Amino acid sequence: MKRVYVKEEWCLGCRLCEYWCVYSGSGEKNFPFAFDKGATPPAGIQVEEVGPVHFAVNCRHCDDPLCLKGCISGALSRDGYGAIRIDKTKCVGCHTCIALCPYGCIVSGGDNMPIKKCQLCAGRDYTPQCVSHCPNEAIVFEEE
Amino acid sequence: MKKVSTDTRYVIIGNGVASIGAIEAIRKNDKTGSITVLADEKYPCYGRPLISYYLEGMTTRDKMDYRPAGFYAANNVKLVLGSPADRIDAVSRKVWCGDSEYAYDRLLIATGSSPVVPPTAGYEDVKRKYTFNKLDDALELEKVTDGTTRVLIIGAGLTGLKAAEGLYPRVKEITVVDMAPRVLPAVMDDESSGIIRSYLENKGIRFFLSDSVEKYCDGYALLKSGAEVDFDVLVTAVGVRPNTRLAESIGCVTERMTESGRPFRGIVVGDDQQTTVADVYAAGDCTLSYDVTIKNTRPLFIQPNAYMQGETAGTYMSGGSREKREYLPVNAGGFLGLHVITAGAYDGEPITVRDGGSFHRFFIKDNRLRGFIQIGEYSRVGILTDLIRREADLEGVDLASLVRHPNLAALGMDYVHSVLGKEGA
Amino acid sequence: MIDYIQPDYEVVRNKELCIKCKVCVRQCANNVHVYDESRDVLYVDNSKCVNCHRCVTLCPAKALKIVKTDHCFKPSANYTEDIIKDIYRQADTGGVLLSSMGTPKSYPVYWDKILLNASQVTNPSIDPLREPMEIRTFLGRKPEEIRYLPDGSIETEKYPNLELKVPIMFSAMSYGSISKNAHIALARAAEQLGTFYNTGEGGLHEDLYKYGPNTIVQVASGRFGVHPAYLDAGAAIEIKIGQGAKPGIGGHLPGSKIGEEVSRTRMIPMGTDAISPAPHHDIYSIEDLRQLVYSLKEATDYKKPVIVKIAAVHNVAAIASGIARSGADIIAIDGFRGGTGAAPTRIRDNVGIPIELALAAVDTRLREEGIRNNVGLVVAGSVRTSADVVKAIALGADAVYIATPALLAIGCHLCRSCHAGRCNWGIATQVPELVQRLNPDVAYKRLVNLVSAWSHEIMEIMGGMGINSIEALRGNRLMLRGIGLTQKELDILGIRHAGE
Repeated sequence: MKRVYVKEEWCLGCRLCEYWCVYSGSGEKNFPFAFDKGATPPAGIQVEEVGPVHFAVNCRHCDDPLCLKGCISGALSRDGYGAIRIDKTKCVGCHTCIALCPYGCIVSGGDNMPIKKCQLCAGRDYTPQCVSHCPNEAIVFEEE
Repeated sequence: MKKVSTDTRYVIIGNGVASIGAIEAIRKNDKTGSITVLADEKYPCYGRPLISYYLEGMTTRDKMDYRPAGFYAANNVKLVLGSPADRIDAVSRKVWCGDSEYAYDRLLIATGSSPVVPPTAGYEDVKRKYTFNKLDDALELEKVTDGTTRVLIIGAGLTGLKAAEGLYPRVKEITVVDMAPRVLPAVMDDESSGIIRSYLENKGIRFFLSDSVEKYCDGYALLKSGAEVDFDVLVTAVGVRPNTRLAESIGCVTERMTESGRPFRGIVVGDDQQTTVADVYAAGDCTLSYDVTIKNTRPLFIQPNAYMQGETAGTYMSGGSREKREYLPVNAGGFLGLHVITAGAYDGEPITVRDGGSFHRFFIKDNRLRGFIQIGEYSRVGILTDLIRREADLEGVDLASLVRHPNLAALGMDYVHSVLGKEGA
Repeated sequence: MIDYIQPDYEVVRNKELCIKCKVCVRQCANNVHVYDESRDVLYVDNSKCVNCHRCVTLCPAKALKIVKTDHCFKPSANYTEDIIKDIYRQADTGGVLLSSMGTPKSYPVYWDKILLNASQVTNPSIDPLREPMEIRTFLGRKPEEIRYLPDGSIETEKYPNLELKVPIMFSAMSYGSISKNAHIALARAAEQLGTFYNTGEGGLHEDLYKYGPNTIVQVASGRFGVHPAYLDAGAAIEIKIGQGAKPGIGGHLPGSKIGEEVSRTRMIPMGTDAISPAPHHDIYSIEDLRQLVYSLKEATDYKKPVIVKIAAVHNVAAIASGIARSGADIIAIDGFRGGTGAAPTRIRDNVGIPIELALAAVDTRLREEGIRNNVGLVVAGSVRTSADVVKAIALGADAVYIATPALLAIGCHLCRSCHAGRCNWGIATQVPELVQRLNPDVAYKRLVNLVSAWSHEIMEIMGGMGINSIEALRGNRLMLRGIGLTQKELDILGIRHAGE
């Protein structure tokens, strides 16, 4: 399947991917509207730093998805593109998936709220927003 | 790969998530064999831990089904509801539910566990008494509770406290009694347990710890300490025991003696989830799981394991194979707004971080993370769970910063490439 | 000390749109944008802004713009604001003023005063989408006559030539003045386009030897990084005598830019200034030049054409005539509007002549002397569009060198601050975290796009003229007409006025 891969050689640590991820998840029409309530942590991608090296970490949509297999409510499932998606109406926010994801790619949505994760922007725009807005092609959407 | 004929008959006893795991795995390898699921409950598989969320109003009956409607049909599964298996003949390879007979080539025992009710004087006479394991328990509790109800919960473990949370918005008063000196005795140490307890006490839940019921009287329970607790509804949640009767009846080994001389009860299975009887597999709460933190098997009554064991069983039953899974205790859940994640074993050197209202404790031994307890705000803790599972050597890693703000960068770029690069995942 | 100089630009932030993502803070190497955490406020230091548009371009909320300040001096057509500020600057520092890229002064651009012809009715135009259109060209000395070998076949390949699939090459920009990633992008683009890029005078990084078949290696007065393997690596060797933006003077790459890799590539110690002398100390005559040309030919077994590059100066035609007789295969002429990584401002803005006049004069002179076929002729120094390319070829060039358009294609915003070494686009810098901003995977595709687009336009224009081969366009000045030019200018250009 196509996944988001990161080339840290070209990652500038500008964090635009994080902001476009927030926008993509917000459902807002205009980019700034997604941030009306101030800083919102990104759900699908986050930039890490080691000294001068930066790289973005994004859900692997694993072949052996512990999040999906550990989900207590059946809210996580794999869609037709291979992406692991969250059914927000089923998730009760127990955070078992957060406890299991080896890459730390699932984010709490707050108490009693569904968790948030990368959905590969499926259903919105085929190319994930983090990829299409990376200024240096440090994030790519490619077959393995 | 074992040869599997196209008309293999799979019978699965039990319809929890282990069963779902098995169905999904079998259908990856075998599209044509017949699968029969014998369910003792009258519902398609639902997320069992959801019952507290249901009572609390955080989910609804229709959202609790573990798989979408049509799952069984789509996988060509014959689901027999309300039909608990009562006999197996491993020689003639048949399972009976009353008069109905099911022949199998591969059998999966996924019978789960049952709540333990300790013998207590007067218990039989309590009118409204429940356990807290199944949807029916929640549906009954929903009927019998209202804004005037006083609830007594026996057991301050995960089940007891989730029951308390579920009932909290519905009832007038909740009292929890446990023999242990602290709440969540199995997954918390003293200090972390104290945090949960005071949080819940501030919400109005009463605790009697290091205490137990001497006897149930008319409308109240008399505790060993002499205290009297008035109640209208009793919920017993002191623990569960694996349902091993059927497995035992066909000669499966169903316990492991520990070094302390106390047996661990549960069906003994191999890495392929096969029992000691050929072509009979077992998965979920009824089995003993291999716990990587103790390097041995033990009962691990947690749902993620059940699914994965069912999946492993299904894979081998249908002729496939997979890498050995390593399990460990992992628990996550909220208690009236206070979120908790725990994992692993609590031995080794503790590192404790408190910030804001949050509490984090990590256990380090020989440069390896052994376990953690996190209460309140946390992020990316799965990275830590994975470090425990992998027994990763953390020599040279800034542990204090890593455990507080888990990240992949701290584990080195080679590791990052191996998991984020195209070769990884 | 009082700072006499006020900022030229103001960064304007639309607070309604700004989401405080701080991309501007992270991306401005000049520290124009500052975030104050305690106040949760983003503010700007306009005095540091070079107007490179990095922040504006990356701002996801489109909340930024940069405007020219309206803070002003009392207007004067004589003592303009620029002149006043330059005087202040020199009074501050006592130093020679430095500038980058081409002169911004309003000298005439002759390309814009020349119009192209098109066919109507007779000699009908050609549709390049339907009919073959040849823009491939060969650079180098051409045979004087057709010779037959004893077996009756025609003698071919007498002189080494460069084959260009498009009549456009990337001009010399040294590794040091621009980043390694910029070089990689140019090299990969040249490879894909079937043309050449030029190392400039900084040597050739070992990682780029693989692009040798599309590389012109330069030998300049500093002789940085010149050794046999370097000469062998390239497809052609260019002797740099002069540069359009700074004729008559040498170069100076400050020691701060000579890091480990640049040091190894240039073969000079780390941290030392790389000083190119104004002249080649072994060239004081055409005869001396001939010696160097033949030394290089000898060193490379006469397999590679040798280019001699000069700045367009007053006597360019006579100089070119000398070069054509020196054994050089190609003459490159660089006009005074050409770019530079750093040049003394007064030189850049006042020395040299426009490339259009130089080209016409050289081509005319070489033809008159019957030696035009001795050499290929390449022009540089502000060829900005495909139309400029067509006009240059019609004036007599074989091909053009482009540099500024190539840099623009890969992100340059012409802020003209290359000499500061903190290029926010990762082009004119050696700072690793800035160089990283230029991913050659992205950049080379943009270069290929640009040149491909120009190629299509060139074919379209040629087709309109009824010409289907670049050879038939070369020196075809009948295809050109001047507009608003004096008779003298028309005479030099060798073209008629529009309407004639």
